[in-house]
Amino acid sequence: MEEFDTIIIGAGMSGLAAGIRLAYFDQKVCILERHYTIGGLNSFYRLNHRDYDVGLHAVTNFVGKGAKKGPIAKLLRQLRFSWDDFQLRPQLGSAVVFPDVELNFSNDIELLKAEIASKFPTQRDRFDNLLKQLVDYDDLNDEMFALSTRKILQEIFTEPLLIEMLLCPLMWYGNARENDMDFGQFCIMFRSIYLEGFGRPFKGVRLILKHLVRKYRGLGGQLKLRSGVAKIITDGGQAVGVELDNGTQLKAKRILSSAGAVETMRLCEDTSESKVVQAGQLTFIESISVLDCQPKEIGFDKTIVFYNDSPTFYWSRPATELCDARTGVICSPNNYLYDATEGELQDGIIRLTTIADYDRWNALEEETYRREKLRWYDLSVASAVRFMPDFRRRVIETDVFTPKTIRRFTYHDNGAVYGAPKKQLDGRTHLKNLFLCGTDQGFVGIVGAIVSGISIANMHCLRTELS
Amino acid sequence: MTPAEIRDEILDILSKVAPDEDLSDLEDAKNFREQLELDSMDFLDIVLELKRRHRVIIPEEDYGNLASMASTVSYLEPKMRDIVKS
Repeated sequence: MEEFDTIIIGAGMSGLAAGIRLAYFDQKVCILERHYTIGGLNSFYRLNHRDYDVGLHAVTNFVGKGAKKGPIAKLLRQLRFSWDDFQLRPQLGSAVVFPDVELNFSNDIELLKAEIASKFPTQRDRFDNLLKQLVDYDDLNDEMFALSTRKILQEIFTEPLLIEMLLCPLMWYGNARENDMDFGQFCIMFRSIYLEGFGRPFKGVRLILKHLVRKYRGLGGQLKLRSGVAKIITDGGQAVGVELDNGTQLKAKRILSSAGAVETMRLCEDTSESKVVQAGQLTFIESISVLDCQPKEIGFDKTIVFYNDSPTFYWSRPATELCDARTGVICSPNNYLYDATEGELQDGIIRLTTIADYDRWNALEEETYRREKLRWYDLSVASAVRFMPDFRRRVIETDVFTPKTIRRFTYHDNGAVYGAPKKQLDGRTHLKNLFLCGTDQGFVGIVGAIVSGISIANMHCLRTELS
Repeated sequence: MTPAEIRDEILDILSKVAPDEDLSDLEDAKNFREQLELDSMDFLDIVLELKRRHRVIIPEEDYGNLASMASTVSYLEPKMRDIVKS
């Protein structure tokens, strides 16, 4: 039976990052991926001769070349990449749009400060106070992490609308909890979106994945696609290996799983021991429109618009329908500051994300499922064009992916995009050599997932080998 | 390896671990932390690189010896004396 130092479940961002760290330091590593392609949530596909991204709207935590601080600088160093490898280009500018109020923001916090000063003049100093109270990730302890963000913001601000508007992008891009947000997660998201900002490589997520997988394989790491793990074999409180769907068994000294907390527990042979951890409920549909022109030609030059059609922002699973189109995210990958040598993306693309309910989508018969995809494309676009120029006459091609698609790519219960509301920050499980990485361990998003893979590999697979 | 060769090796490791740092005017007697933006993850990497390249194992209780270039070289000298520079 083949034996590895570490087996990693899942070839998403966190698994690949962990794999690079371990293979670089001479471990014999194998990444097992159930799907036929890599990337997990952040993947890509081709349809009618066009490339589409799943996941990635933007890489957060944008920093320019030469920056020594921040998560991107850290992950590039840890994975031995140079800044030029990821070719991140900055956003043009984004906005939060509610009825009658719009707050613009960019990769420079001064714009958001000025916007708040002009639109919420009484809250200007209060916003400065909030900036002072933000806690660096490294200083977050568990108790602080779980505090209610809404409660903290209500103590700082006296304008409820500003609280809703500040929360909207941060919840959209990384809040697994319904309605409220952990204060720790708020601090992380605030920094990654408002203080650092958005970037994207011209070639999208596939460029990042290509670099990760090439580096991993170049270091001798093994990657097995179409290799779903059927179970984690245990023996006396320890994981000893895995059994694949096709019956093959592989041995390992330790296992890192990015399959999710609940999903990983279910794989363990000794499931009676499993802790009750709740899987996340928040998932989305994404409506993609290909235009016959660049978005700026119809007057849309924003990178990302977070909209909400009432003064209150509802962040929860749809109560009665397949989707809840009162709020959404509009993203155009065209609207980044690409280099002159790169030019413009060939197609004009508008991506639109809407909150959805996994169970209702999953219960649909094939025929109804197809019809509902078309119906919700129309409904979500009709909702979005209240907050941007109407692009519907310029559409030449559309696609929709649903919570079922997300489930197929990620294998996470409910197609949960940001994982379980309760994170396992130390990555530990009931088995002493089985660890979690990825969305259920801690950070979300591309940068978060990569940082998660790196830190769990460091903490549990590399440091321990030194003693 | 001679102390001078060990010093070169540490410089090479630092250039991998912290590629954006200017190492040309590093002062040997001064702490790394005062001169370079190194965090605990970077220090772990220095230790891991030494293990990877030379099979030199540095136990956690000895990490304090890696504070400056001078202290690192004198700590590593007995451990790396018999390693032939490749």
